[in-house]
Amino acid sequence: MTTLPEKTDKSLGLVIDLDICVGCHACVTSCKEWNTGGYSAPLTDQEPYGEDPHGAFLNRVHSYEVDNAHWKGTVHFPRSCLHCETPDCVTVCPTGASYKREEDGIVLVNPDTCIGCKLCSWACPYGAREYDYDDGVMKKCTLCVDRIYNETIPEEDRVPACVKACPTGARAFGDLADPDSAVSRNVAARDGFNLLDEFGFKPVNKYLPPRKASDRTPQVATEPAAPETGSALEKLFAWADRALSR
Amino acid sequence: MHPAYSVILFTTSSGAGYGLLFWLSLAHLAGAQPVTGWSFFTGLLLALGLITLGLLSSTFHLGRPERAWRALSQWRSSWLSREGVVAIATYAPAGLLWLLALFGGPAWLTLPLAVLAALGAVATVWCTGMIYGSLRTIREWHQPLVPVLYLANAAASGAVLLVMLQAFAGRDIRLASLIALLALITAGALKLVYWRRIDADPGAYTVDMALGLEGVKRQLEPPHSRPNYVMREMGYDVARKHAETLRRTVLIWGFVVPGVMLAFQALTGGLGPVLMPVVVLAAAAGLVVERWLFFAEASHVSMLYYGAERA
Repeated sequence: MTTLPEKTDKSLGLVIDLDICVGCHACVTSCKEWNTGGYSAPLTDQEPYGEDPHGAFLNRVHSYEVDNAHWKGTVHFPRSCLHCETPDCVTVCPTGASYKREEDGIVLVNPDTCIGCKLCSWACPYGAREYDYDDGVMKKCTLCVDRIYNETIPEEDRVPACVKACPTGARAFGDLADPDSAVSRNVAARDGFNLLDEFGFKPVNKYLPPRKASDRTPQVATEPAAPETGSALEKLFAWADRALSR
Repeated sequence: MHPAYSVILFTTSSGAGYGLLFWLSLAHLAGAQPVTGWSFFTGLLLALGLITLGLLSSTFHLGRPERAWRALSQWRSSWLSREGVVAIATYAPAGLLWLLALFGGPAWLTLPLAVLAALGAVATVWCTGMIYGSLRTIREWHQPLVPVLYLANAAASGAVLLVMLQAFAGRDIRLASLIALLALITAGALKLVYWRRIDADPGAYTVDMALGLEGVKRQLEPPHSRPNYVMREMGYDVARKHAETLRRTVLIWGFVVPGVMLAFQALTGGLGPVLMPVVVLAAAAGLVVERWLFFAEASHVSMLYYGAERA
């Protein structure tokens, strides 16, 4: 059913820390690896070894140059479905294949009823949905719905594959509707924000900004002045240094 | 936005079909198209043919055409679903009218059917326009004018087709030509207003909003070495200079050439069977380019992540 649930019991989602993401793409490959055999299987590639290789991925990492009052430099920017509270991608779906789960707020595409009309991807401002050209249906982040409730894997692995793979801990998973959850507390402490809040889709996933750098541009240490007094050898080096510095 | 040929063919062909159905129904209500007339029968056949061709073409756009029937279920929230439902519902009065045109039928039956067919035609084209008009991610589409434009284009192309049928039937085409000319002028004027509006709007969303950070200078490294689906589908962009040429093509072939010929016919009533096929072909070419541009000139907010500064 493409009508949105009035309220979800939980709001499961990700919190992505832009301060510590190093742009290694481990989350991207780990996501692809899990999901090409999971709920959204297959995630096909087109011309993987040809001249124009491309394929469906549920998570992408961009790198941007940013220059503002407290951050100057590169920001690595992972981008995936934000599991919005009131997204248009669900309501535009003509078949009901695109839906938001009432129990945990995860936005999913039913691969058995999707007709591949692509309208949901047009309605998403975040470019989070990718059409699978071979499978003929839309693919998107499932928040690893087939891991987080999976009782056949060890309990510590019951998190999304991207979170499990991140070597720097830049990705966290939890219930953002619960103000006492670790992710919610971190969002409150670090001024976590929404992407394109202006759209009003109320994304569940949050981003944490780069921390304010104490010293924006590292300075080269100034060399101490050459001694004027000392041994003849030191004076000779001091003279040579002055002569060569001119 | 990527201009998919199946969608261009679908919207122009079914648009013309619904336009023709609308005018035929009105003409029947006005008594100008008797149910047993040759042109009423062939007109309905042509309209239903164009509509069916368009709807079939739209399924080629789908990844899983065999599941297309599922699209009829979500009419509560989805304009695409509403379009499907209304399109199929319109077949009932239109198809019955066509059968009555074949075998003859009483006015108490054909008149209400004509009303329903005309309403169905308007509703279907409105839904088509709203599929695009409801998308907030594409500023060129998210405008109240968009469904009106779809209606105006359908009315103009349908009216032109009806004049051609009238001309072939050897009827007086002066009034029909005048109506078609007015429909064409309305559609052309609305298109000019539309182009002026989208040119004046730089886009409300910035790359800073997309990333939630201030001072985003540029994308240093994209996530992939070749364009992905999002870039292929949403990143299609026609060059400004190219678009200017195509806009002129639309105006000349879609509106000026057919308009001049229709004006000549409205005044003299002559040369219809010779001129009308030219009018139809010119208007069709103009409308196909117009629909191609409608997609190619549309920019998507997601491109902010791929280097666009505003959208």
